[in-house]
Amino acid sequence: MRLEAKFKWLPTPYRSLLLFAVWLLLNNSVSAGHILLAVTLAVVIPLATSPFRTKQPLIIKPGLAFRHLMLVLYDIITANIQVAILILGPNKKLTPGFVKVPLDLAHNMPITILASTVSLTPGTVSAELYPWRECLAEGKEPEKRFLLIHVLNLEDEQALIKTIKERYEAPLKEIFQC
Amino acid sequence: MIEWIISILLLIGGGFILVGSIGLVKMPDFFMRLHGPTKATTLGMALLLIAAMIFLSTTQIGLSVKEILISLFLLLTAPISGYMMIKSAIHHKLDSIERTTGKDNIEDDV
Amino acid sequence: MLETVILIVFAMIGVSLLLNLWRLLIGPSIPDRILALDTMYINTIALIILYGMSMGTELYFEAALLIAMLGFVSTVAVCKYLLRGDIIE
Repeated sequence: MRLEAKFKWLPTPYRSLLLFAVWLLLNNSVSAGHILLAVTLAVVIPLATSPFRTKQPLIIKPGLAFRHLMLVLYDIITANIQVAILILGPNKKLTPGFVKVPLDLAHNMPITILASTVSLTPGTVSAELYPWRECLAEGKEPEKRFLLIHVLNLEDEQALIKTIKERYEAPLKEIFQC
Repeated sequence: MIEWIISILLLIGGGFILVGSIGLVKMPDFFMRLHGPTKATTLGMALLLIAAMIFLSTTQIGLSVKEILISLFLLLTAPISGYMMIKSAIHHKLDSIERTTGKDNIEDDV
Repeated sequence: MLETVILIVFAMIGVSLLLNLWRLLIGPSIPDRILALDTMYINTIALIILYGMSMGTELYFEAALLIAMLGFVSTVAVCKYLLRGDIIE
């Protein structure tokens, strides 16, 4: 896990890239003036906001992150077709359930990404992260965390936990190296 | 040809949005209702916006890629609002239907 | 052909808005109503985009983006209010 960026004047390189792209998309042009303005904004905004932001882990393997993004997009499409079939089918066949998934990730940022991917993919919605932050002493980190998810049609609990851990959590651990 | 692609994307997107709303009305408890809007509606919107992007790029003068912004925004925010809603539902101790398994996995909150 | 398809999709989204309105009216709990409102604003974005397509202009895009942002923020604010009884602690 690495918290500090390589260059002092560019605290969050990928977010700067995103700001640059969003400015050009909003104005829908690639003229020289807009590119200059976008570069200025992409450098100035992260610098101005970095003092009041908590440090987040940076992406260490961008190639793997891109591949993981493509996998997640593919999974969103297939999962949606499955969920559409489940929704249109008879209600009585569905067996909903709550499942607790033990997590290996330690930092908040990768856990947030994992929870969002779980919410968007196969018939699951992430509900809660245990233990409660309010129950812990100030500044103390819990030893083991759990993610509570709600499943629309639970067939095999162990297989589902294994899928989530191998398909979505392992690449995130690799990307952020934590 | 392009007209066909736009029409098919529009119809599939509209179908997904409709499926999400059907799920919202048809499911028996809150936790199952949440699955329709967070997944099906988001993908439906993404398909519809892609169709709008192709349509405006081919009929207007020049390329129009702004619509990607909305679909990106919806894809980012849908899980977060879903998470907030399920958290408030757990806080209010809403009932889930009888055959839900693993209810004891829910811990009492503070 | 495209005009007919746009009309059909208009009808589909209208039906889903009616279904959401039904869920908003019958409840039974507050999170259900929030969920119905959340779905309604997403469907409204779809309606605005379709209207822009049928008019052949992209002027309505900014309105759609604004509705997307305001809807997300208001959903989170109402949920926060339900959770804590206070929006800003």
